Formats: sequence, C-alpha cells, structure tokens
Amino acid sequence: MRIAIASGKGGTGKTTLAVNLALFAAETEPVLLMDLDVEEPNGSIFVEGVLQSETAVYREVPRWDQSACTLCGKCSAWCAYNALLKLGDTILVMPNLCHSCHACSELCPAEALPMKQESLGKLSYLECGNLRFVESKLDIGLEQASPLIAESLKYADKMFSDIGFQIIDSPPGTACAMLSAVKTADFVVLISEPTPFGLHDLNLAVETIRQLSIPFGVVVNRDGIGNDDIYKYLEQEGIVLLAGIPNQRRIAEIYSQGGLLYKAIPEFRTSLDKVLRYAKGIR
Amino acid sequence: MKIIFTSSGEGWDAKIDPRFGRTDYILLYNEETEELSSIDNREIQDVAHGAGPKTAEKIFSLGADVLITGNGPGGNAAAILNKMPLKIYIKAGGMTIHEAYEAYKNNKLYEGE
Repeated sequence: MRIAIASGKGGTGKTTLAVNLALFAAETEPVLLMDLDVEEPNGSIFVEGVLQSETAVYREVPRWDQSACTLCGKCSAWCAYNALLKLGDTILVMPNLCHSCHACSELCPAEALPMKQESLGKLSYLECGNLRFVESKLDIGLEQASPLIAESLKYADKMFSDIGFQIIDSPPGTACAMLSAVKTADFVVLISEPTPFGLHDLNLAVETIRQLSIPFGVVVNRDGIGNDDIYKYLEQEGIVLLAGIPNQRRIAEIYSQGGLLYKAIPEFRTSLDKVLRYAKGIR
Repeated sequence: MKIIFTSSGEGWDAKIDPRFGRTDYILLYNEETEELSSIDNREIQDVAHGAGPKTAEKIFSLGADVLITGNGPGGNAAAILNKMPLKIYIKAGGMTIHEAYEAYKNNKLYEGE
C-alpha cells in the first residue's frame, strides 16, 4: 500500500511525520520512502542512508529546426500552453511553459519541431536497513514540479514494486505538484496545526483529496497552540483524527538536530503506531 | 510612431487595462495617420497558461514602437517584447487612453524595464 503525507499549509510537519513513520515501520518490514517535495526535498537530513545510485531524469521539449520550418505558424496556434510563439521569421520555444505533450512535434507539417531531451532533475536512491529512500530533486530554476514527480513515481513502480509498504512525502499546497504526488496513494495523511492558517489550508486540502476520492485522515501537529476550531471542523466534517502531536520544546530540539522523534519520545511512537494501524485497516 | 495601449475598451475614453497578458483590448495608435485601431483580446480569458507570451506575440506582429500599460509584462512576456525595439511605459492603469497618451507626450509616464 502507498500512503501519501500531505498538507495544505507548508511547515506543518510533513517531512517529520513521513520520515519517522517510514523508519518506525521499517523496524518490522521493508519500506520505501519517497521524498517528492521536489522543489526542496529535505528528508535526507533525517535519513542516514548509504547512497546506492543516482539517476538523471529528463523530459522532452521541442527544438526549432529553422532550416525545415516554413513559418506556417500552426504550432503557435495549436500549443495549449503558448509555449511556441511566432515572432516574425522566428519560432520561439519557451521550455518553462512547455508541458511535453508532443502535439507540435507530431503535427508540424514540415517536421521542424523535433523533440529533444532536457534535464529535469535527479533521483538519489539510498538504503538504510529495511528502508529504501528515494529523494527526487528538481533542477534549480525549473518551474514545473509535476513532470519530475510523475517520472519519480514511474521509477518507484519499476524499481520497488516488491516493497509492499510505501510512503510519499508530498509537496505542500493543493496545486498540480501536490496532486501528482498523492494521486496514486491508497491513503492520505493530512497534517496540519490548530491555527486559523492551518485550518484554512487543511480545508483546501480536504476538498482536494475528496475530489480524488482517496481515503484520508488528519494528524494535528503542535497541539496546544492556537485554538480548537480545527477539532470542531474535523467533527463537523466527520473526518478521522488519526493522532495529535503536542507542541513541545523537546520535539523542536530533536527535530532541529536532525534526530528521530519516535526514538526519543514514547508518545510519538504511539501516535505513529495509531496512524499505521488505521492506514493499514483501510485496505 | 506606432503606440500600443493595453485597454479595457475601445476608443480614446476607454481606460488603460492594468493587466498586460490578460488585457481585454489592444489599441494601436498610428501617429502618422492619426488612426486609432483596436484588437479584441478577450479570447485570452479562456487561456490557462502563457497569456503573457500570447499577447506579446500579437504585439510583436503589430510592430509598434511604444507600449503603454499598467502593471507591466511578466518575465515570459518581457522575454518576447525585449526581442523588438519597443519602449515600454508602465503604471498607466486607471488613466483613459487619451490621458495616457497625453502623459506620454509630456514625458510623465514611468519607463518599464
């Protein structure tokens, strides 16, 4: 089964939960952890694994072949993302807008738009006991996270289909990148905090996951700050509260040293166990 | 000189549309012929991606010398506009086309990058 850890709001504890859950579960069975927060993956700070391999990931974008082009301008009219523009006697390709759909390349009457490979990012695969850890990192300056996330999931399907328990650390927000990361999951854990911001963005995340029809539950982090509106919301909406993580200085200290919480705090271990049991009961 | 305005309507009394990529109209004033023509750009409302570059492409095809707009083009659009010898003036949002043209003649507009 595949569990995705997501949140609406950033900085609510996705990586903390994902890393601890993965290593805790790996005490008893093989686990794959994928850090798909590709714009700023940081799970590797907590996982002391041995690097096994690195894989470059590419995508395809059109390249303008000036010598073949008849300047008919059809590519510019067709492109749904306006990534091809006809400027006088030049066709300008804007790779940052291209979604690699191949339409221009396939349909160009003069075959003047061959696709070429362009670097997208890098996958690093580490091993740490029972844990297989894959970090997916987008090249600096690129705007689209989704293509790399999709390629990373294909890589996981190819390389780790034998690992029955998989955890995904998703990007924050509720946009394309988050959707790409969670859509293959069997269960989603949404982690938020009991503040107005936390509740607002949790609400967005809940609406998003409901659209995908994936079972989900909520973990409330930093319990004790803010107010109890989030608990009222969960009750009203009939959403399961999987666990609460108290707002403790000790937790922040361990986190800031790159430590693992479940090893130091028994209550945290209990919380992880609750999340795991619930998620596995879904299947 | 050919001057382009991003506009929320047609004619001299229309207001400058502060948006570049998603401007409702593109107005073109030809100082030589004293003609003010307009291009309906409202189809851009249905475009999810790359509105800026698409509008920039249209402006490129008009071959103007000056662009007067509001918030200014974003990075993608600017990359295209920079390929033509076009002087860009911004912060004209809220003015009528007539007021913006007068402000331009009197050097009272801000130059965009």
